[in-house]
Amino acid sequence: MEIVRSQRSRTNTPNDSVSTLPLYRYAPQLEVRLEDFEVFAMDRLRVLKGISDALARGKRPEEMENLVRDLWKANMRHPEASEDVNKDIISHFVLRLVYCRTEDLRKWFLSMETALYRYRFLLGSSEAKRALMEEFDLPCKAISRTEFENAKEKLEQVARSFDQPLPTADAIFYKVPFEEVPELVAGRRVYIHKGHAYVAMHQVVSLVVTQFRSNLSKALILTNRKWTSTIREQEKDRLTPIVEALSMSYLGPDYSQTKEFGEISIKDLDQLARSSFPLCMRHLFDKLREDHHLKHGGRMQLGLFLKGVGLRMEDALAFWKAEFSHKVGAERFDKEYAYSIRHNYGKEGKRTDYTPYSCQKIISSTPGVGDHHGCPYRHFSEENLRAALGRMGVGSRAMEDVVDKVRNRHYQLACTLTFEAVHSSSCDAGINHPNQYFSDSHKILQPKNNNAA
Amino acid sequence: MTKEESKNGSDDMLIDGPKQGNVIPDGFNPNYLKVYYGRLFPHADIFKWMSYGNDGRHPACDKSYFGRREFSFTLDNDIYLRFQSFNSESELENSIKEKCPSKIDIGPVYSVDPAKRHAYAQGGDNVFAPVERELIFDIDITDYDDVRYCCSGADVCLECWPLMTVAIKVIDTALRDDFGFDHILWVYSGRRGVHCWVCDGKARRLTNEQRGAIADYFRVYKGNENSNKKVSFPGPLHPFLVRSYTEVLREFFEEKLLLSQNLFSTEERYEKILSMIPDESVTSELRGKWQENRRSSNSKEDINFFRWEQLKNTLQSGKQKVQGLRRCVEEIVFAFTYPRLDMEVSKHRNHLLKAPFCVHPKTGRVCIPIDPKDCEELDPTTVPTLSELLRELNTGDSRMDVDNEWEKTSLGKSIRFFRSSFLQPLLKSCKEEMESGYKAKIQQTKNSLSW
Repeated sequence: MEIVRSQRSRTNTPNDSVSTLPLYRYAPQLEVRLEDFEVFAMDRLRVLKGISDALARGKRPEEMENLVRDLWKANMRHPEASEDVNKDIISHFVLRLVYCRTEDLRKWFLSMETALYRYRFLLGSSEAKRALMEEFDLPCKAISRTEFENAKEKLEQVARSFDQPLPTADAIFYKVPFEEVPELVAGRRVYIHKGHAYVAMHQVVSLVVTQFRSNLSKALILTNRKWTSTIREQEKDRLTPIVEALSMSYLGPDYSQTKEFGEISIKDLDQLARSSFPLCMRHLFDKLREDHHLKHGGRMQLGLFLKGVGLRMEDALAFWKAEFSHKVGAERFDKEYAYSIRHNYGKEGKRTDYTPYSCQKIISSTPGVGDHHGCPYRHFSEENLRAALGRMGVGSRAMEDVVDKVRNRHYQLACTLTFEAVHSSSCDAGINHPNQYFSDSHKILQPKNNNAA
Repeated sequence: MTKEESKNGSDDMLIDGPKQGNVIPDGFNPNYLKVYYGRLFPHADIFKWMSYGNDGRHPACDKSYFGRREFSFTLDNDIYLRFQSFNSESELENSIKEKCPSKIDIGPVYSVDPAKRHAYAQGGDNVFAPVERELIFDIDITDYDDVRYCCSGADVCLECWPLMTVAIKVIDTALRDDFGFDHILWVYSGRRGVHCWVCDGKARRLTNEQRGAIADYFRVYKGNENSNKKVSFPGPLHPFLVRSYTEVLREFFEEKLLLSQNLFSTEERYEKILSMIPDESVTSELRGKWQENRRSSNSKEDINFFRWEQLKNTLQSGKQKVQGLRRCVEEIVFAFTYPRLDMEVSKHRNHLLKAPFCVHPKTGRVCIPIDPKDCEELDPTTVPTLSELLRELNTGDSRMDVDNEWEKTSLGKSIRFFRSSFLQPLLKSCKEEMESGYKAKIQQTKNSLSW
């Protein structure tokens, strides 16, 4: 792939196949404009993040299929329709560069691209599916009409046992040696006869997807090697900054505008911390009250959060000063700490109005000794986490679910479950941002507060 | 006679005066075993089986194959010898005759001779690891103790043994019809269960993950002391379960087990069944009927049948719209009758399993093969014992001109069955596989490959 500054891109894609779903085997022989490099990648990233959010919310497969179709349509169309495939391929390869660089990034990218592939496969036509199956060189054969008729009753029994719709007359089934689909066999999710499993299309996709995943996983390792050894240095003035910025981008509302829910005053903070702060912020807040101090990471995380919550700068200064004075004295506060608070509000330095941190950013931070920032679901020991959740009012049943999510490293899901347990209400959107937690909580509690008064 | 006597010194008491006072007390001891291994145990057949055709002269034969199989011997004083391996039939036979193990276990075929395993690392390139192993199953009737009232623990009788028969039928059918396996050997374990050896090439080459998948496919019962309801069908049944239910389990439950185990005859027993029904209104209705009906007017019909019918009617009456009751009847039948496998035995390739034709130390009974098509015929109480066989040897016609002494005894039937139903078809298939594999390989080397 050649990146050029201005020329129009010329299409010469050896990957063009009948199906519009590429295999992403090789980086395309294309010239790409630098602007497109970034834009295409961001568009694809929106799709991947959309998928990530939806999966975190536990969307059902049917919903996911629709979501992927909509996301793809909204983001991945090119003004020139013939360029759609190129945008697809280019954006994929750019993101490979972006997401090959650490284990966590690779894991995330692998999961999302695999999910994307799965649903795009399912959305494709039967012809496209068949063609793709052949490209992947899998040991399965579509069954004939007669075979289908003979096995129909059994296939229906299997479908019913999982509350799936019954196979229609034109449903495609594949015969695969049972050894190839151990998961389906173990779960009794397929009809097996004489050593062959009769796999439905939506299950066969798992064979395709497994191979896709395995190929991409290997490719990412190779890309990482190339990146570290040559590309990063070669491109340090051109692509590298773009690549590094892309992986940090959060694409939802940034909570820098607080007009939605009015302003919060200092005296409300304690009560709000108890009722509506997510665990990460509650922990920081409690520690601040306890120690009358927070280190830099904590000040940034909590300070920007409070800004997003609606704390005015004057009130913020008063709040932090009141706490820090116990420890360092009012004078030292004015000298050493006030500046950075004003900085956060965009009143100093280059006057950037900093945005509160998203969950992704918080989870990836690394608190050290004496720090209290970061994501407690990630960094707390199980014992401490349980205690903290108990103090928040999480019941024992919900606690087990939360701990289970944590064990599987689904920190945002854990936070979502906590939210649901504490508020006795479901949070379909899933938690992606501490300020989202706060505003959702506020929405639920606000009417109650009004009524109570 | 004299010559023979002096040759078999310690066997004097057995061969002396064969037709008079044939006193061989029941039991299990090294002397008996020595005779057994010396004259009855089918060494050659075990060797042929374990060679899977590699003992022939075909160029495709792997001469190292048999030598890479692990055997393990349990000796008299509980000494356990693992990683025994042999390079020929005579080595195997001599070692068994010399050591007289009270139990012989068969393990996997390894990548290298187990005797040389220390030279190979656990990981890396030169690895000592299993490469082939039969797919095996172990079903033990003690796993059914919570549903049989006639015996418990190591005991087994004709009332509860049919549970094993049923297990064989269900699993055997699935192995053949669903998984496409052909070379399946069922063996009586000698006391209270059965073993299954699936010997097709495809089966021997299965990975641990694939074995686990098959074991999970067969798994229905998921319980421990803490759960009342150990079988749960949230949705309609998979075809395999439907077939098992309609062809074997339902009939067995309704026509045999209900009666033989008196499942509803006492309060304690019917309460156990009621605890599997997750609906208070149903259970209290039934309980009400049964508590008062000490002896109903239908005294002709057995109380177990009668109450089972009542239960079915109440559940299926449709008055109950509660979810989770739809398949309650099936759940109860499966809970009592569906096979309970030992998952761990099947999942790991390096698991050892007792060899067929061993003698069980506690019962003296021989681990004979079972014909799955005729498995009701097996009566665990009449399986030949070691001492019986020795008596038969003695009383056998010494003029009988036989190739093998076992033909004079009840063991003959078992060995003939082993050969005709299992070993010969297996070896034939191995030969065919070997030949076609060889031809394909020759063809491949003829075609030049560009990469």
